[in-house]
Amino acid sequence: MESIQRKLVIPGELLGTGRAGHGCFEDNGKVFSKFVGLAEQKNELFFVIPLSGIYNPKRGDGVIGKIEDVVFSKWIVDINSPYQGVLPLSEATEDFIDLTKTELTKYFDYGDLIFAEISSVTKTKNVQLSMMDRKCRKLRGGRLIKVTPAKVPRIIGKAGSMVEMIKDLTGTQIVVGQNGLVWVKGDNEDIAAEAILTIEERSHTQGLTDYIKDMVHNKVQKGE
Amino acid sequence: MEEQLIKNGIRYDGRKFDELRPIEAKVGILKNADGSAMFRLGNTVAIAGVFGPRKVFPKHEEEVDKAVLRARYVMAPFATSDRGRPGPSRRSTEISMVTRKALIPIIFLDEFPKTAIDLHIEVLEADASTRIAGINAASLALADAGVPMRDLVCACSAGKVQGHVVLDIAGKEDTEGELDLPVAYYPKKKQITLLQMDGIAKNEEVKAIIKLALKGCEKVYEAQKNALKSRYGIEEEHKSEKVIE
Amino acid sequence: MIEIDAELIKNILRKNRRIDNRAFDTYRDVSIEKGIITSAEGSARVKLGDTEVVAGIKMDIGEPYPDSPDEGVIIVGAELVPLASPEFEAGPPREEAIEIARVVDRAIRESKVIDLKKLCITPNEKVWMLFVDIDILNDDGNLFDASGIAAMAALLNTRMPELDENQKPVRDKKGTEPLPIDGIAISTTFAKIDNTIITDPNLAEMKSLDARLTVGTLKKGDETLLCSMQKGGNVGFSMEEIEKIIDMAIEKGEELREMLK
Repeated sequence: MESIQRKLVIPGELLGTGRAGHGCFEDNGKVFSKFVGLAEQKNELFFVIPLSGIYNPKRGDGVIGKIEDVVFSKWIVDINSPYQGVLPLSEATEDFIDLTKTELTKYFDYGDLIFAEISSVTKTKNVQLSMMDRKCRKLRGGRLIKVTPAKVPRIIGKAGSMVEMIKDLTGTQIVVGQNGLVWVKGDNEDIAAEAILTIEERSHTQGLTDYIKDMVHNKVQKGE
Repeated sequence: MEEQLIKNGIRYDGRKFDELRPIEAKVGILKNADGSAMFRLGNTVAIAGVFGPRKVFPKHEEEVDKAVLRARYVMAPFATSDRGRPGPSRRSTEISMVTRKALIPIIFLDEFPKTAIDLHIEVLEADASTRIAGINAASLALADAGVPMRDLVCACSAGKVQGHVVLDIAGKEDTEGELDLPVAYYPKKKQITLLQMDGIAKNEEVKAIIKLALKGCEKVYEAQKNALKSRYGIEEEHKSEKVIE
Repeated sequence: MIEIDAELIKNILRKNRRIDNRAFDTYRDVSIEKGIITSAEGSARVKLGDTEVVAGIKMDIGEPYPDSPDEGVIIVGAELVPLASPEFEAGPPREEAIEIARVVDRAIRESKVIDLKKLCITPNEKVWMLFVDIDILNDDGNLFDASGIAAMAALLNTRMPELDENQKPVRDKKGTEPLPIDGIAISTTFAKIDNTIITDPNLAEMKSLDARLTVGTLKKGDETLLCSMQKGGNVGFSMEEIEKIIDMAIEKGEELREMLK
């Protein structure tokens, strides 16, 4: 039987018999889509990548957040979701901090952007963040773009191929959050931003990598 | 002297007894809403916009284990031939309530605890069956917003005009007909999620009218599915199963 | 506030019982007292189990609606009075109260038991306005049916005020003419919990139900007809369940109608 690849499906649409992965639900052994999205199949596992929708925090996701509030021993972080992230002091730095002597804002201040990892999500959606992984850091300067979280895999590409290509061609730094926030920094950050927004708009089309490659190449050439 | 609503088996707008008015459905029509849609049934037009799931204000409406669906149905003052008063009325409050209950069964509310999914329905043109158009637009708007759903809810009305059982009550058939019966349907589970009736009929007649309305719902369902697919389908270059690089 | 667990209700139902030991198709005891409010043109107090409702009818002269210039006007309101339940708050009518008012209104209006044309005094100018106001005094479930019975009883009990020489209602003397009513409209409510259909849900059952359907009926000659329906609850009904409820509504409607005769 032919395997489903990037098939446009709608909520309630029957995908086949098997197991329900992300974006699907199972009813009596049959798997259905929960979303308007693109359905994929790996053996008997079906999953659907939604074409729209807000970010639902997941453990292990790398997300970009903005410091919203600083309370006694933690930061409250806006992670572009109905759920806020909490970054406890113990997960933010290895330094020993004497809270009676040090202002937390010295580390992360209101409005700062950070790239953090979601270390846990409880059933009632309390989201805890951590900055301890090497890839986590404060993001200084640059530009922040918002995209549909569902389109992030397309922006990253297979094994990072799409985002690496844009980085190379534009010479910019790009950090992609699973929560639909993308940060770009560099002389050509505007071109990089445009490329990312274009990927979002055309995420369900084919031949996208080549299209973006040409588009970015031309713009960089023209020195826009 | 009342104009005949049915002459020689044809209704005043030229339709047969079991014929729906022309349907038009478009998805993704409003820029700011997270999801949106327009649904037209003849001269009845409703647009729906969805925000969320998002934080709940006021906080006391929050539910710790699931999202709350809040629905607000309102008719624009210019929607009826006599200008209506702007804002909600008792009628629109009731319709908001039954609309919400009609849609709850299909939404995976427990995937977004402590959030609100805010649905706004605005009737721009009212030629009867406005709650029907509202619910049909709402289903599409929810899907467009990326709210996880089990199915779409489709709605249709049926009733009695001059003694005849007819499908999709329009304009004068509502004000001068004998019975109006709106229905909303969840096709996958074959469940009726909205059912109201105004008018007098016998036991067996009522059952027949409901069944006719359900047939109308099935036709609406097809139109809704097409509207969702064509939002992206037109831009889809190849419909076959090719793997993306 | 700690309430009766829906699971408890469901467990009892699975054992073929209800929490108050009624059969699935039995109404609670109904008591109807008429004419209890002397300031009103008509009134009734209804107790349906512990649910208690008072309906009062006031009549006044007013203008007809533009699309029915030769008909009197009925306006139904319902108030969930705060003393009826720890959950009712003071303030503008919430959707529950609005739904009750509209369901009661629907049954009365669509059944056409009141001949509104006989309430016209001068077409396009002067008609009788019938204000039906329902005060819920204690909520032990099924406010729809209790309110419906109270409204109908109050209407049957109503005596129209006389008009003075200026065509204004005389307030200090009770009228003697009843309203032009022919027939009795009754609403009956059924709830589905899991897959069981029960009649006249009490408060705990109302809070645990998956779906409810209120059906209005009237009698014409020998035949019982349906005049209104309203579905509530967050779960759907199958067509079979609806057909079963419609059949039960016809039977139960008759039982309640007898009490109002």
